[in-house]
Amino acid sequence: MSLALTPAGALIAILIMAGVTYLARIGGVMVMARVPIGPKVERFINAMAGSVLVAVIVPMAAQGDWAARMALVATLGVMLATRKPLAAITAGIATAALWRLF
Amino acid sequence: MSAELTLKGSLSGFKRMAPLSLFVIAFGLAFGVAAIQRGLSGLETLLMSGLVFAGVAQFAALELWGPEIPLIALIATTFAINARHLLMGAAIYPWLRYLPPAQRYTSLSVMSDANWAMAATDYQRGETNVGILVGGGIALWLAWMLGTALGVIFGSGISEPERFGLDVIMGCFMLAMLVGGKTQLSMLFPWSVAAVTALLALYFLPANSHVIVGALAGGIAGLFLPDTPKPKETSKPKEIA
Repeated sequence: MSLALTPAGALIAILIMAGVTYLARIGGVMVMARVPIGPKVERFINAMAGSVLVAVIVPMAAQGDWAARMALVATLGVMLATRKPLAAITAGIATAALWRLF
Repeated sequence: MSAELTLKGSLSGFKRMAPLSLFVIAFGLAFGVAAIQRGLSGLETLLMSGLVFAGVAQFAALELWGPEIPLIALIATTFAINARHLLMGAAIYPWLRYLPPAQRYTSLSVMSDANWAMAATDYQRGETNVGILVGGGIALWLAWMLGTALGVIFGSGISEPERFGLDVIMGCFMLAMLVGGKTQLSMLFPWSVAAVTALLALYFLPANSHVIVGALAGGIAGLFLPDTPKPKETSKPKEIA
């Protein structure tokens, strides 16, 4: 099944993407609204929240170049030292940019 | 614990997200340029950014754009890349359940990685205003649209965004959010499980499955932890800047 690349076809493709994405955005909340939240579900959710970020960052570091890895190290270091997210992110970006420049 | 959505909270969320939104303009610009080069019209490019508002999925869709757009592949790719939103939404449900359903499901239409990460941190700190999700989301959406429009207009802006470290901004941002949250040391256990399973999924499972696999594995590992104390209502939210 495929759409011809007419203006209508492109519009349908965009609307389908928008629909699928919106369903993903609300789907988790809709399911949770029907699940009673006990201590077990709460432990699962709390551990999962950070795990989403870990599961994005770690493969990024594994697949990225050394500039990306050093950027993450710099971010972690500054974040642990200062607890200031903006300073940590700036340090990370600057590290990556400088690493690639030279 | 309760939660509410106010205009004041949303404005504050907008301001807290403003610095990062500047970087999102650059992402949007890169997308606008890529989409035009791929043969989308300016209007189509803007429509996609405005309605889909999911950068990675949009870049992936460009790969499928051709004389014939494969429908199943488009749906599967969009879903696989955005499926993490299912888990992200579920993770902040304990916060969103206090909102009336109409507010809840409208707010979620602007949920993306950055404002969700800040929302999850706010929730853990006991913040009761959901404004960061909505205000921050609107800031990101506007930046994404502005960037896309600039890319459409100027066509050849930044040709090598990775040279300037733009591609690592999101990684650094998420890491800062992860470390900046109210974290117990015991969380290192589920996070390690998430890291290992995400890597295994990256190398051995179909593309784009690693986030979901890692997040679920981390959540399951969390079941083995002792009970987490309730977030304190009084703790003061920390500003990003």
